[in-house]
Amino acid sequence: MSTYSELIKNFEKIRAYMRDFYVYGFRKRADYGASPKVTKSARSYDDERRRIESWLGDHMSFVRTPEGKSVFISIDSRTISHNPFYNAWKAKSFTDGDITLHFVLFDILHDPAERRTVTELLCEIDEKYLSGFEEPMMFDESTVRKKLKEYCEAGIITAEKEGRKMYYRRTEGADVSELEDALQYFSEVAPCGVIGAFLLDKFPRGTDTFAFKHHYITGAIDSGVLAALFTAMRERRVVTVSNISRRENMPRKARIIPLRILVSVQSGRQHLVAYLPEYNQFQSYRIDYLSGVKLEEPTPRFDELRAELDRMQSHMWGVSTKRNKWGEEHLEHVEFTVRVEDHEAYIVRRLEREKRIGTVERLDDHTYRFSADVYDSGELIPWIRTFICRIEKMNFSDRTQENQFKKDLEAMYRMYGIDGEVSE
Amino acid sequence: MIFSELYSAYYNTVAAIISRILDGEHSERELQRIVSERAFGESVLTIMPSLKSEKWQLVHADMTTALVHAPTMPLTTLQKQWLKAISLDPRVRLFDVAFPHLDGVEPLFTPADYYVYDRYSDGDPFEDEEYIRQFRVILAAIRQGEQIKFEMTNRNGNTMFVRCRPVKLEYSEKDDKFRVLTAGWRSVSTVNLSKIRACVPYTGERPSEGEVRPAQYDTITLKVVDERNALERVLLHFAHFEKQAEKLGRKTYLLRIRYDRDDESELVIRVLSFGPMVEVIGSESFQKLVIEKLKKQKNCGFR
Repeated sequence: MSTYSELIKNFEKIRAYMRDFYVYGFRKRADYGASPKVTKSARSYDDERRRIESWLGDHMSFVRTPEGKSVFISIDSRTISHNPFYNAWKAKSFTDGDITLHFVLFDILHDPAERRTVTELLCEIDEKYLSGFEEPMMFDESTVRKKLKEYCEAGIITAEKEGRKMYYRRTEGADVSELEDALQYFSEVAPCGVIGAFLLDKFPRGTDTFAFKHHYITGAIDSGVLAALFTAMRERRVVTVSNISRRENMPRKARIIPLRILVSVQSGRQHLVAYLPEYNQFQSYRIDYLSGVKLEEPTPRFDELRAELDRMQSHMWGVSTKRNKWGEEHLEHVEFTVRVEDHEAYIVRRLEREKRIGTVERLDDHTYRFSADVYDSGELIPWIRTFICRIEKMNFSDRTQENQFKKDLEAMYRMYGIDGEVSE
Repeated sequence: MIFSELYSAYYNTVAAIISRILDGEHSERELQRIVSERAFGESVLTIMPSLKSEKWQLVHADMTTALVHAPTMPLTTLQKQWLKAISLDPRVRLFDVAFPHLDGVEPLFTPADYYVYDRYSDGDPFEDEEYIRQFRVILAAIRQGEQIKFEMTNRNGNTMFVRCRPVKLEYSEKDDKFRVLTAGWRSVSTVNLSKIRACVPYTGERPSEGEVRPAQYDTITLKVVDERNALERVLLHFAHFEKQAEKLGRKTYLLRIRYDRDDESELVIRVLSFGPMVEVIGSESFQKLVIEKLKKQKNCGFR
């Protein structure tokens, strides 16, 4: 039976737990066998909970009810300057040999001017670094060679051939000492910000200069998937991914061409828009439901498909696309009118700054109309509801959506007991 | 690969421990303190014991080491690629920085690889020279704990002359704006950076008075009906608040959210955006605000 460690080998295992504790937070221990996205044993639950608690400390909370104990992560992200979920990315396990070899290798290769062959390194490791221990570790040539190869791939060691000998040296360092403020900012707002957090670890803890409002931190745990998708896009490659849709329990493999990441700063969701060659379709996938991104062959169609997506985005309010396999598109018209009083210029400013792909027209001193032609008018509904108290007219080409909006409004009147009140 | 021991808290902590030993520190207690500061809650059970027991053969039992250089590691390709990506972001001009040694490095992503589709379009002018100058004055003052002075126009159209101590720059990804959080300024504690003018370091002798005005918090309680995937959407949407969820029935949930009173109007419309799937059941005053909006809507003649 393996002993517990706060470090982990596989990030995917912990990803679902972290998201669950943070986003949901009401599930009990017993529920974790039943959830489609977190199907793990009770012991696994205990270990993962303990790990997350070790990484996140005070951000973890517990509540006890007659049904059992719920663990949740509750963070007002406005009060923190550094995303605590990044800690999970700093918990990779390693062997005793890995850590010993790492520090010894970089002590020998402490300057880019220093270079050694594998044989020279082995000799120096044994004689200078390990001989003073009671039971010195023994590194064989293949282990050291494998580690050097790994470090060459990571870009921290370079190999150079001279005659029949291969020499290794550390790569030239880059001075990042001036970048602390930029790193504090971009590590929180840029994609894959965790990499900026790794760089910040090189600095002594100083003043936190930034705070963040409306800051969704949960995307941090999807950074691995995101980085792989960015790499695929840079190299214009097809990928295979596993996707868990919310309607199905089992992950499904998909072979897709990733085209762009769409980020919502109002809902905390991130999507990938990809092209499915087998179905001649564009589709969006929730990044937090994707895993196991595997880069496949390069595709010559990437630029053409991305240009097509650029065009399509002029009709995308959010992430929905509607284009059938013959390339035919179906657009829906959305239109609504709001009343703006004399002292409410901020409403007009709101319409202007929030209209995205739509247009805003002034009909008279007190009336403004928003209109747009989109693939999915349902995506606008939540936004239109934010204008409740001033909506005068609505015109959707999709009558089902329009009627649903009106029904929902009636339901809200009933919910708050004002359905019977007579309009003035 | 992002998930690598090269970036791990353990490697960083061990590097810090070796550096301290090379500086002449051999007290185990002092070295254990580094573990508490830099690693995780339970790392004290692993790091020092692994070093002391010679499991990791880097430090001898007497807290000396055969290593002779303070541990450092060059930037990985991934780190360089991310830095290169950042160097392409227009907001990087806010910082007076250069990105050395990145020639020939391919960016991890470019602005064409991702798109924020719901950011407000009236964000701050990040490429405006005067905006950049003021940003840097404020940033330097925060770092040094010093005061600044500036002018701004208040709601009544009058010019105000302000002296205060900036504490943090708060960025909203939704608004795409910076606000300056300040101390020592009686009337307000937060001001939009784009609204201030003639911002310079304050070089006078009047001391900074007062601390940051603490935020006033309230709590709302929502009943969520899990239809049309509402539960997940609601919980994710409000995830950035301090919150607690509870299951009431098969499809009903309770969600308590703690919010800054200054953001109440914004929160009202965010709650409304979920339609009948979310009902405000507390506080009474917040519920009244929602009802007020609905009553006004009833009077709009919209059927």
